[in-house]
Amino acid sequence: MDVPLKWLARYVDWDLSVEELAHRLSMAGAEVERIKRSGGDWDQVVVGRVAVVEQHPNADRLRLATIEFGADEPLQVVCGAPNLAEGQTIAFAQVGAQLIDPSTREPRKLRKGKIRGVTSLGMVCSERELGLSDEHEGILELETDAELGTPLADVLGDVVLDVKPTPNRPDHFSILGIAREVAALTEGAVREPSTSYAESGTPAERRTSVEIEDAAGCPRYTAILIDGVKVGPSPQWMQDALSSAGMRPINNVVDVTNYVMLEWGQPLHAFDFELLRGGRIVVRRARPEERLELLDGSELELLADDLVIADAERAVALAGIMGGAESEISDATTTILLETANFQEASIRRSSARHTESGTEASRRFEKSLNPELAELAARRAAALIVETAGGSACSGIVDAYPGRSHQPQVVVTQRRIEQVLGIQPSVEAVRGLLSALGISNRWLPPDRFAVSCPPWRSDIAVADDVVEEIGRVIGYDNLPSEPLPGAVPDPGVDPERELSERIRDILTGLGLREVITYVAVEVNELALTASDSAHVPATVRLQNPMNAARDRMRNSLRPAGLRTFALNQREARGGLGLYEVGKTFHSRAGRQPDEDRMVLALIGGEMAGSVHGEPERMLDFYDAKGVLEQLGSGLGTVFDLSAEVQDDALASGETAAVNVRGKQVGILGKVAPGVATRFGVQGDVFALEMSIGALAPLMRDDATISSPSVYPSAVEDLALIVDSSIRAGDLASAICGNGLVESAELFDIYTGDQIPAGQKSLAFRVMYRSPDRTLSDRDVEKARRGIVRRLESQYGATLRDS
Amino acid sequence: MIDLAALEAEARSSLAEAGDESALEAWRVAWLGRKGRLTTVLRGVGELPADQRPLIGSGANRLKGVLEEAIASRQRELTEAASVGSELDVTLPGRRPPLGSLHPVTLTRRILERTFRDMGFDVVEGPDVELEEYNFDRLRIPAGHPARDMWDTIWVADDGAGGPRQLLRTHTSPMQIRYLERRQPPIRVIVPGTCYRYEATDATHEWMLTQIEGLVIDEDLSFAHLKGTLEAFVRRVFGADIETRFRCDYFPFVEPGAELGVRWQGDWLEVLGCGMVHPEIIADAGLDPDRFTGFAFGMGVERIAMLRYGVRDIRHFYRNDIRFLREFDQFRGTA
Repeated sequence: MDVPLKWLARYVDWDLSVEELAHRLSMAGAEVERIKRSGGDWDQVVVGRVAVVEQHPNADRLRLATIEFGADEPLQVVCGAPNLAEGQTIAFAQVGAQLIDPSTREPRKLRKGKIRGVTSLGMVCSERELGLSDEHEGILELETDAELGTPLADVLGDVVLDVKPTPNRPDHFSILGIAREVAALTEGAVREPSTSYAESGTPAERRTSVEIEDAAGCPRYTAILIDGVKVGPSPQWMQDALSSAGMRPINNVVDVTNYVMLEWGQPLHAFDFELLRGGRIVVRRARPEERLELLDGSELELLADDLVIADAERAVALAGIMGGAESEISDATTTILLETANFQEASIRRSSARHTESGTEASRRFEKSLNPELAELAARRAAALIVETAGGSACSGIVDAYPGRSHQPQVVVTQRRIEQVLGIQPSVEAVRGLLSALGISNRWLPPDRFAVSCPPWRSDIAVADDVVEEIGRVIGYDNLPSEPLPGAVPDPGVDPERELSERIRDILTGLGLREVITYVAVEVNELALTASDSAHVPATVRLQNPMNAARDRMRNSLRPAGLRTFALNQREARGGLGLYEVGKTFHSRAGRQPDEDRMVLALIGGEMAGSVHGEPERMLDFYDAKGVLEQLGSGLGTVFDLSAEVQDDALASGETAAVNVRGKQVGILGKVAPGVATRFGVQGDVFALEMSIGALAPLMRDDATISSPSVYPSAVEDLALIVDSSIRAGDLASAICGNGLVESAELFDIYTGDQIPAGQKSLAFRVMYRSPDRTLSDRDVEKARRGIVRRLESQYGATLRDS
Repeated sequence: MIDLAALEAEARSSLAEAGDESALEAWRVAWLGRKGRLTTVLRGVGELPADQRPLIGSGANRLKGVLEEAIASRQRELTEAASVGSELDVTLPGRRPPLGSLHPVTLTRRILERTFRDMGFDVVEGPDVELEEYNFDRLRIPAGHPARDMWDTIWVADDGAGGPRQLLRTHTSPMQIRYLERRQPPIRVIVPGTCYRYEATDATHEWMLTQIEGLVIDEDLSFAHLKGTLEAFVRRVFGADIETRFRCDYFPFVEPGAELGVRWQGDWLEVLGCGMVHPEIIADAGLDPDRFTGFAFGMGVERIAMLRYGVRDIRHFYRNDIRFLREFDQFRGTA
C-alpha cells in the first residue's frame, strides 16, 4: 500500500523525520517496507523566480534569464524555452544538480557552461529534465508561495511510504488507517473527513432495490443514487493524490470511488444507473454459461461459484473484483448508482484467483475481511465527494441490504489484565488517549476497567487481549520491561529415539562420515527401484500439490535421495566418500496420519587414498562398511551381529547381511546392486548400512550393571585352525568363546595357499583366557584348549594347524 | 635366606654401566639367561624350606618382570641417544583418521536446542504429516481466514479412505496444541522439526525448512518474560553485545504478537516471530486464561544459520554439495 505523505498530512500532523515516522509505524505493526521519494534526486534544485529576461546577444532563439533563488546574488542562465517570462516561479537547478538529459533521457550532472559566448550558471527546468513527465515544450511553472531557495522536493516532490499490512489489519490498506496509527504514536488526533451531503428528492429505495440472493457471500450491499452528475476530469488535487498513490485518474466519478477506497480501505463501484436493466441490483451466483465483459475489456466465462452483481437480466460486475463494461460510467452518464458493499473474503479470493492474475485493488482489500460496518461510512464519504466534484444531487436515503448485520459487542478489559499480559500498568488517561487516537471508542468503568468497541474500519478487536495489544504496541514493545522466567522448571520428557538419533549422528561423524539432509519428496519409481522387496512396494504418501510434479511421494526410504547425493559428490570426494542421513520415512495408513519412522542410512565407497608412509591406495569395500557398523555398535555399547540369511532386491545378493541385535533384525548391510547404483549415477561400488532407529532404540541397554575387572592375570594363546573354506569365522569365534575360561577370541589371520589343502583355509585366533577367581595354571589353559579343539573338530571339522 | 633387594640393586647398577648392544646382551645372559643369576634363584625355589618358598618364589617372579622392564627401558635410552642427529621430518603428512561432519542445519539446531535446554526447556518432536485441524483450525486459522495466505500449503492427496484432511505441516506450531493435550503447566518446551511451504524457491526461500517452536505457560507470565527469555537466547546465540528490538507483528494464535529483530552487521534482521499465547488457545486446553498466561515463539533454523555463517543462498542446505558441507568444518572448535 502506497501512502503518500502529502495525502496523509490531510488527516494528521506529525513532527518527525520521514525515517523516524517510518520506523515508528513499522515498530507498531504497520511495516514500512520502503520509503519512496517521487521526482528522483533533486539535490541542488530549488524554488527560484525569473527576475529579468533579456535577449541573448548571439542567438535569436535563446534568452538570458536572471534568477533569484534566495542567495545573496542572483545568477544568470541561458534559456531556450519559449514560455519563459519575468515574474515566473520556477524550478532552478544549480550547477552540480542531477537532471535528466532531455535527449538521451539519462541522468546527467549539470555543469557550468558557455552557450554562444555567454556563461550559464544553472538551468530553469522542464518537467522532463526533472523526471516528472515527458513534457519538454517549455519550463515548468510552479504554483507555490514557498520562499525562494526552498528545495524543490519540499514543494513538488512527495515521499511515499510503502506499507505492508498484516492480514488482520485491512485498515492499513488505507491512508486514514495509517493516519490513525500516526495520531496514536504521536499523541495527536485525526481530522476525520466529511461524510455529510445534502439529500433530496424521491427516496432512493423507491427508485431502485437491492436483492441479495447469497447472504453468506454478501453480508451487506448499500446503494446511493446521485442524479445530474456531469462526468469530466476530477479536480487537480484529486488527480494528484491518486497519481501519488499509484492510480491513474479516469473521471470525476470513478476517481472518487478510487479515492475513497484508498482513503478508507473500502472498495466502491459506480454504475451508470440508466444502463442497469430494470433499474435494480441483484447479488447472486453466476448462472450457467453466463458471460461478463469487464472494464479492462476481458471477457469472462463465469462459473456457478462466482458471485456477481446483476441487474434484472444479466451480470454487470464481478462482485468485489471489477465492474462490467456495459454499465461503465461514461461522459454521457447523468445518474449513477454507487455501490458500497461487503463480500465474503473466501468467495472473492476464489473468483479473483480464477479470473485475474494477481487480484485487483478491490479484491486485495476484500480478501482481508472487511467489517461490514465500514460500508455506510465510505458510501456517505463518496457521495459527498461526488456531489462536490461532479455536481448533481444525491437522492435521499441509502438502500441498505444488510443480511449479515450482527451485534458488535463491547469488549471489557481490566487494568489487572493489562498488567498481567504486558507487565506494566499504564495510566487510565494514557490508555484512553491512545485508544481514542486510534478511533477506538472507549469508556472508563470505575474502579478498574475499560469498555471498548471495535471501530467500523477494523474487525480485530474482539477480546480483551486485542485491546491489550493496542496498548502494548502503541507504547512500544521496546518500552516494556524485560524479566527472566520465574517459577519451577517442569520435568523434561524423554524421547529415546530422538536421543539415539543424536548419538548415531555423533558416532558416524566421528567415524569420518558427513551428514546430509535431503528432501523428503521423491519419485515413486525411485522408491520402487530401491525397494527391498520390489514385488511389494509399500503404499506411499502421495502429495496433492508437490513442488516438483515428478517427486510427489513422501519417501518411505532414505535410499533414493542418498544415492543421488552420493553420486553428486563422488567427483569431489578424495580418499573415499562416506555420507549418512538420519531422517524420517513415511508409511501410509488408510485414513490416518502416516507412520513416521526414524531411519539412518550410511553410504560409503570409492578409493581410500594411500599415504607417504607406505600404506597403499585401495578401494573401500564391504568390510569398511562393516567396520563402520562395528564401531557404531561399540559407540552405542551394543554388538551388531550379521546374518547372511536375508534378501534385499536393491542390494547385491551374496554381499548383503541382516544386522541384528540380540537376535532381532534392526537393519541391513550390503553392497548396493550395481544396476541400482548406476541408475542414480553412482560410479563403482557403494556400500549401504541402513537401520531403523525405532527398532534399535528399545534394544539399547540401560538396565545392566557393570562387572568389576578380574584381578587375576590372563593367559594368551594363539590358536590356528584349518577348516573347510565354507566355514564362517564368526561361528568359530562364537564357539571358542563358549568356553567359560575364554574372555575373548579375535581373528588375526586368514591364510590359504601352499601349506593348506585345497578347499580349506587356516584361521588364526588370539584367545585370551582368564578366570574371575584365580590365577590360571598352564594346566588349566591346556585343558580348556583341548575342550575347545574337541568341540571345533566335532562341530566344524576343524583341525589344529602345526600340531 | 636370599636377599632379593641386594640382588636387584646389583643388577640395576651393572645394567646402568652397559653402554651398547653387546653389553646389554651380556647383561641379559648374566641375569636372565638360562644359567643367569635370577634364573638360578627361580629354579632353586623348590628346594627352599617350605616357609621361605612362597615369599622368595613370588618375589623372584616379580623381580624377573622388573628386570625385563629395566633392560627394555635401557635399550630405548640407548636407541634414542643413538638417533640424535637423525630427527623425523615432522613436516611429512600424518596418518589421518577421517573426520566427518554434522550438517549445518543439525549444527545450528543443536546450538539453539542447547541454549533452551540450559534454560530448562523440554525438547519434543511432532509429526511432519499433520492434520489440517492442528496445523490451522485449532490455531485459530479456520478455512477462508485471510491469515491462511501466510502459509502456502502442500496437501496430502486424498487416499479415498475418508479420513481428515492431511498436509505437510507449514510450521511447528501444531505441537503447541499437541503438547497441551498431554501436559499441564508449568510448560516450557521447544519443538524442533521440518516444515514445508508451497513456495517457489529462491536465494531466501526454500520449500522445506527447519523450525524451532517454543511454548511457555505458567501463572501470570507476561510480555516481560517473553522479552527476558528471548533476549537471553539471542545474546547466547549472537553474542552478549547484540542489539535487539521487538516489533508488532501478527500471528493468529498469539495476542499481542511480535517479531524479534537483531542488529546484525549494521542491519536489522528478523530472527523469530513470537507473542503471548492467545487466551482462546489456553481456554481450549482446559486451562483458566485468567490464571495461566504464556508465550510462544518460532524461528527458522536455516535463517539463523544463514545469519551466523554468512550463507547467501538457502538452497545450498539441501543440495548437500560436499564442498558446501566442508565449509562448516572450520566451526568445529566453536559450534
